[in-house]
This record gives sequence, C-alpha cells and structure tokens, in this order.
Amino acid sequence: MNELVFFINNVIVAGSVTGSIYAIGAVGVTLVFSIMRFAHFAHADMMTFGAFMVLLLTLAFPQAGAAVGLPTAVVMLPLAMLLTAGLAVGIDRVFYKPLRAHGVKPIVMVIASLGVTLMLQGLIRVFAGTSGESLYVDDRKEIFRLALPFEGARAPIVVTEPQLILFVLTVICVVGLHLFLSRSRLGKAMRAMSDNPDLARASGINTNLIVAVTWVIVGGLAAIAGTLLSLDVTFKPDLSFFLLLPIFAAAIVGGVGHPYGAIAGGFLVGFAETLAVFNWGVLLRPFRDSLPEWLSGAGNLAFVGSEYKIVVPFFILVAILVWRPTGIFKGKVI
Amino acid sequence: MSTQQTHREDLVAAPSRFPLREVVLFALLMAAILGVFATMGAAYSTRMLVEAACYAILALGLTIQWGYAGQFNAGVMGFVALGGYCAMAFSMPVNGEFWASPLAGELGMVVLMALGGLLVVVGASRLHHLGVPKRLRTGLAVVLALLFYLLVSARLGVVTEQIESQYDYIGGLGLPPWLGWIVGGVVAGVVGYFIGKVCLGLRSDYLAIATLGIAEIIKAVLKNADWLTRGTATVSPLPWPVPGPAEVGFTLARALYFSVTAVMIVAIFYLLTRAYHAPWGRMIRAIRDNEISAAAMGKDINHRRLEIFVLGCILMGIGGAALGSFNGLFDPQGYLPLNHTFLVLVMVILGGPGNNLGTLFGAFAVYIIWVMSEPLALAVLDLAVTLGEGSFGWEATTNLDSRALQARVFVIGLLISLVLRFAPKGLLPEKVKHHG
Repeated sequence: MNELVFFINNVIVAGSVTGSIYAIGAVGVTLVFSIMRFAHFAHADMMTFGAFMVLLLTLAFPQAGAAVGLPTAVVMLPLAMLLTAGLAVGIDRVFYKPLRAHGVKPIVMVIASLGVTLMLQGLIRVFAGTSGESLYVDDRKEIFRLALPFEGARAPIVVTEPQLILFVLTVICVVGLHLFLSRSRLGKAMRAMSDNPDLARASGINTNLIVAVTWVIVGGLAAIAGTLLSLDVTFKPDLSFFLLLPIFAAAIVGGVGHPYGAIAGGFLVGFAETLAVFNWGVLLRPFRDSLPEWLSGAGNLAFVGSEYKIVVPFFILVAILVWRPTGIFKGKVI
Repeated sequence: MSTQQTHREDLVAAPSRFPLREVVLFALLMAAILGVFATMGAAYSTRMLVEAACYAILALGLTIQWGYAGQFNAGVMGFVALGGYCAMAFSMPVNGEFWASPLAGELGMVVLMALGGLLVVVGASRLHHLGVPKRLRTGLAVVLALLFYLLVSARLGVVTEQIESQYDYIGGLGLPPWLGWIVGGVVAGVVGYFIGKVCLGLRSDYLAIATLGIAEIIKAVLKNADWLTRGTATVSPLPWPVPGPAEVGFTLARALYFSVTAVMIVAIFYLLTRAYHAPWGRMIRAIRDNEISAAAMGKDINHRRLEIFVLGCILMGIGGAALGSFNGLFDPQGYLPLNHTFLVLVMVILGGPGNNLGTLFGAFAVYIIWVMSEPLALAVLDLAVTLGEGSFGWEATTNLDSRALQARVFVIGLLISLVLRFAPKGLLPEKVKHHG
C-alpha cells in the first residue's frame, strides 16, 4: 500500500499541480494566439513578473496574511494581477501596437515578443538577482497529511497548503473564464474576433477594446500561474525558457485558439511529464519475489531522468505537429 | 511590371550609385576596431576579432534563414553547441585506456542495439505496404519503439555509469580540428533537417517554438551526458588548427586563427552572394515574398524551405565549431540563449537581414559593442552604488557584478524592439532589384 501512496503523492498530486500551472499558462498563450495571431514568447516572463510583484508586496506587508488567515502571497495576488495586467496592456501599447498598425507578419511579432521577454528578464534579474527566493516570508507552509484508512498504509498522502490553494484557484479561473467567454458581451465579442476579425470589426465590435481586454485577462492569468508556481516551489527569476516549451506544447496540443483545449492540453503535458519521470520500479516492489530477475533487478524504471524532463513536452509537441497539427480539439488558428 | 515599379519605388535600387552608406558604416567600424586596439592592447583585440568572425559565420547562417527565406530560428544556441561538441569530440586526444577496455565493446553493443531497434521500428511503420491495417501498424510501431527505448536506455545507463566511474569520459578521436568543424556542420544540418521536416509546412511560429525547444534539449543532453562530454567538469584545452599561443605567443596565434576564419567568411560570403543573385536566390525570395504565386509557378515550396533551413543550420554548426575550438574549453553550461541566440539575432536584424554585407557589418559592430558593454555596465553600476550609498543610504547587495551583466539582457531586448520598430530593414537594407 505504501507504494500506492507514493504513486498518488508523486504522480496524481504532482501531476495535477504542474498540470494546473501549465493549463493556466497555456490559456493565456492561446488567447493571444486567437486574438492577435502570434506566439507570445513573453508570456513566461509575465508569469515571472507577476510572481515577482507578489514577492515585493509580501516583503512590504509581511503581516497582511495573518489577518485574513491565508498566506500573505495569496492575499497580495489580486494586486499583483492588476499590476501585471497593467504591464501587459502597457507592453502592447508601446511595443506591439505600432507593429500591428504597420501590418507586419506574425513572425515579426514573435521576434518583438522575444525582445520584450529579454527586457522583462533583464529587469527582473537586475532587481531580484538570480537566486531563488521563497514567497513564504513571514508565515510558514502548512502541510496536510491524510492517513489512508487501510491496513499497512503507513505513509500518508501529503498535500501542502499552496497546492490546495492552487486547485481552488484553478477551478475558479476555469469557471470564471468559461462564464466570461460564454455569457458576457465582451467575452462573446472576443470569440467573434477570434473567429473572424474582419467580420467582427464590420459588425461594430471595438477591436482595440477587445485587444486591451485580452491583455488584461492574459496578464491576470500570467500573474496567477507564476505565483502558484512560485508558491509550490520557490520564486526563480530564470525559469522562463523552461516554462515556454511546456506551455506552448499545451496550447498547441489543445488546439491553438481554443481555451478549453489549452486547459486539457496543460493537464496532459503536466501528467505526461510526471509520468515520464516517475520511477515505475517502485510499483513493482511489492511483487519483487514473483518477478523475473532482470525486471526486479532494475533499480530505476523511469522513462527519462528528471534532468531530461524538458524532452517530454518537446516530444509531445513534435508528435502533435506530425500527426494532428490542429490539436486534439481542432484549433481555429493553424 | 510597370505598375509594380510605380508602387515600390522605395525598394528599387539605383543602378550604380556610390555605396556611400556602406563606406561610411564600414569606416566607422574600422575606426572602432582601431580604437579597441589602441586602448585594450593587441592580444585582447585579436581575441575579440576572432570571436566576432565566428559570430559572423553564425549570423550569415541566420541571415539565410531569416533574411532570404523569412524562417525564424530561435534556437541558434543548440546548433552552436552541437558544432562545439563535434569540434571537441574530433580534436581531443584518444582515451586509449577506455578503448582498450571491455566497456568500449559494450558501448558498441548498445549502439548496435539502438540501430537494430531503429530498423525494426522503421520496418514496423512501413507494414501497411504489406496489407496490415494502418491503426494496427501505428500501434505496433509505437509499442515497439517504447520497448526498444526502455531496453536501450537501461543498458546505456549501466554502461555509461561504469565509463564515468572508471575512465572519466570516452575522450576524443584525435583528429585535426577542421574535420570536427565540417562534421559539426553536417550534424547540425541533420538535426535541422528533422526539425524543418516537422515544422516548415506549418505556421511560421511553430518553427520558432520547436527550435527554442531543441536548443534547450541539446544543451541538457550535453550537460548531463558526462560520459560523452564530462558535463559540468568541462573539457580543455582544445587543440587549434593553427599553432597555439604556447608556441608562437597570444597575438600571433590569434591572428593566425583569425586569418583562418577570415578565409572561411570570404568563401562563404562569395558563395552566398553568387547564390543570392543566381536564379536559385530569386526563387527563394519569390517564395518568401509571395508564397502562393511561387507555388503557382511550380516551385516546390516546402522542399526549398527545408533546403534553406538546413543550409543555415550547417553554417551555424561550422561557426559554432570554430567558436568552440577557439575558446579552448568545452563547457555545455556556457551556452546561453542570450549569448548564442539573441546576440546573433540582433546582429542580423540590425545589420540588414538578407543583405550579406549588412550582416557582416552587424556581426562585427554588435560584437564589439557587446564586449565593450561589459566593463561599461560594471562602471555604471559602480557609479549607481556610490551615488545610492552616498545620498540615499542604500545598501548594495552582494552579487552586484552578476546583476550588472544581467542589464545586458535588457539592452539586447530593447535593441531588438527598437530595430523592429524604427529600422525594420536594418542599417544596410536588402537591395531588391527589379528586372525588366
């Protein structure tokens, strides 16, 4: 039974955590894809920026969380979301809008977003240094241990407080986004613009407003994803190029321009990563005596070592591009 | 034809005007190089020149991809690292102890097993020619691939662990470095072929994402496969194709190395310029500027794109190998997206994508600025610290030096944004000739 608990801790819980983070990140990428039609490389650094804002606010008011009963970082999250949304709108005004007005090809926008990502990276590193920092400044990480009601299960299932917050926030984000896109006027206008920008403009939709609203949502989601990632481990300023690949893989797997697909893709990539680095030898341990020598003798039965984790999203990306470039949910932008 | 000319006057090059802009820019560049020679000394300046020349080869590779064909490669670093690895693997002395040991045979067995597995999987994926249903064939191929992958990786893990503990790493081949440079180009081209094959028929963004990914993967493999590269322990000193500093002194050795790279650049430049003006070059530009009409003229678009992409990757591999040999140290962790991807990108878009001369200018100019910005950034930060401590009572953090270097990340990003906004064609724009 301990092996099963180990499996739950290392695959189900860990996979849901990475999956949620990738899902929220991929939704942002896919929204930019569907409204502005380019791969937004600066998304990962917007995530880092959001987490950095949370870190700064937490350092400024370390006591705020105790008053509400939540970690300070979570209390500061809405403010950081606002700041990141403002940054996203600002970046669009200064760097992307003039290029869009010029009617450049999408690939030039991609390069522009790489320029933006480098600027953000440089700024964050100049102010935050390059080492990791915990977002838990004044309060400590609660850890919940759930003992299983079985004989022989000595090890408990371990879930930390930030992981619970993460699950709750992911559900809120997904439901909120769904309601916004399907019920509100702006959300419907966004979907119309992603389907056919010219038709949307002709039918009286203010496309500039839609673009701004998209950036606000993208910035807010990026701040959430970045903060959750940093809460789960630590805040690191130089994650971005490692985050980009899984997030883009998730968005493409789910079908580019397809928010629900991006969520599914995020969980798919997250679970694929954790399943690939999981040591399957652990599950064979209870049957050690009845297995052939060559199988039980193998110490580590993981598909890839954790140092090659980044291969997994890349492999998924290549596979989907070869077999089904539109993604599993038939994205709108090919 | 006539309507086109009236609409695109800005693009029509005057037939034979005096190349004033080129002369002025290159004169400024020359003055900057002489200035560096005067202030920093000959040894330092020749090193800078050699590195700039290697970067120029990389930039020529990227200008083919981005300038000629509009393909954006965001993973130059990966191809540079591959080239660097090949230069190392070919030129380092042979590790005799390892090759004499039984482990060499076992490693050979693993390689044979991998090849055999590959053959079986490829064979299984062709089974539909024998009448096997397609779904069954795909399933079979995937299962076989997984099985062989697990078997081979388990064996490889055991063998490599022993190699690492007993013989450090497998060593090089003891061949002349230039052979490694050529093979580096070939290997980079092969990797580029597979990436291009997957991505080039799709949206242009996907190529950027995939190359970014493959670059990180190549770096991860080189960093963690200690039996192949010694990983973080790094390999040095790499032999040079010319007499090294120990024999003839720093300045002369570097000058000799520079002349080798200069000959390479001249050869590549000459061939590229010929190709650019040849029918082949016109076809490539036609595909870039109007894909649909080029296809209507019967051009095989995806094939030509792949050709261009692979050609660019080969140049990046060669340039990376030359750079690796010159550094004298193979350190997989030293390959950074900023230094080896974005710096090259800035060289190309600032110099003029699609214009070989502009790219050369961009490579040398940007590299000089890059090298000189290091002491400058430190000086600016020092000033800021003294000001901050003096007038506001701020306390400086400890790792200021590394933070000052991070400021260069910001500057490169800003440069990319500014060039795209205000000089999208670069300082020396591509000259589009209209015939007839």
